[in-house]
Amino acid sequence: MARLIRMDDTGHTTLAEWTVADEQAVEAAVVAFREQLDAGFYAVVTEGEGRARQVDELPLDADLVILRRPIAGG
Amino acid sequence: MSAQVLPETAAVYWRPRVDARSLERRGRLWTLTTVAHTIPFVAAAAVLFALEPLSAPVGAIMLAHAWVIPMLYANRGAKVLRRRPRLGDDEERTALGLLGDLVGHDARELHARTGLVVERGAFGTWVVGEAGALLVRSGGRRVDCWCVHVDDPGLPSADRIAHLLLALRTDEAGFATVANLAFSGARRRVRRRLPPTLRPALDAAARRYPRDRCRT
Repeated sequence: MARLIRMDDTGHTTLAEWTVADEQAVEAAVVAFREQLDAGFYAVVTEGEGRARQVDELPLDADLVILRRPIAGG
Repeated sequence: MSAQVLPETAAVYWRPRVDARSLERRGRLWTLTTVAHTIPFVAAAAVLFALEPLSAPVGAIMLAHAWVIPMLYANRGAKVLRRRPRLGDDEERTALGLLGDLVGHDARELHARTGLVVERGAFGTWVVGEAGALLVRSGGRRVDCWCVHVDDPGLPSADRIAHLLLALRTDEAGFATVANLAFSGARRRVRRRLPPTLRPALDAAARRYPRDRCRT
């Protein structure tokens, strides 16, 4: 089962879980994903050791989508 | 590392995107600046002593200045890895679980000992902390110290590292562009100013630096 998680003050929070076959779960995940992006989070999918990809649409085939806050210098 | 552009670079649009050549140039400039700050003190001490040997105490003070300035710079660089106060155990444990999933066994073990994550990149090997990162390059001899953080003081330690790690993996050059360079110089100088518990991470990064990429 794929997961959408957000790194936050609790360590991380699972916002949605889905399988491609479960349309309702997918729809809920897409809505949660969009809400978090609108709130200023960035979504990242890890692609093996040392690689990550930022995504603007929920990749339904990913096992794990991580939401992170922006970084800044200083 | 992927070819994506980190969105945070838009906030620093005036900065040229970092590449291997600009890193090399900035490193050299940093060394030249340090030399320019210290040579006048050494020269003045020598001239004073040549003119009047009784001025030796003044000369000694000048030499002390010449010695302290590079030390202060290196200290500033080492501080980017300083650790922040821990939050609650549960939060830290949860965040640690996620960070552990992002890195390999060796990196997990090293993080358990030092609180830092070592990550190989295209420019060199990174040592990622909670509010900054070191880039070990030039065959492991030079270290660039970068101040960079996620702006949420409530995040657990491991989550702060995970934020930086994911941004680094998304766009290494963008990560270095967003970050502020706090110091660039000899690894041994930074190592001396790191708390002993953190030194193994820097040593591991230097060991992992591929010798065939000394000129990146």
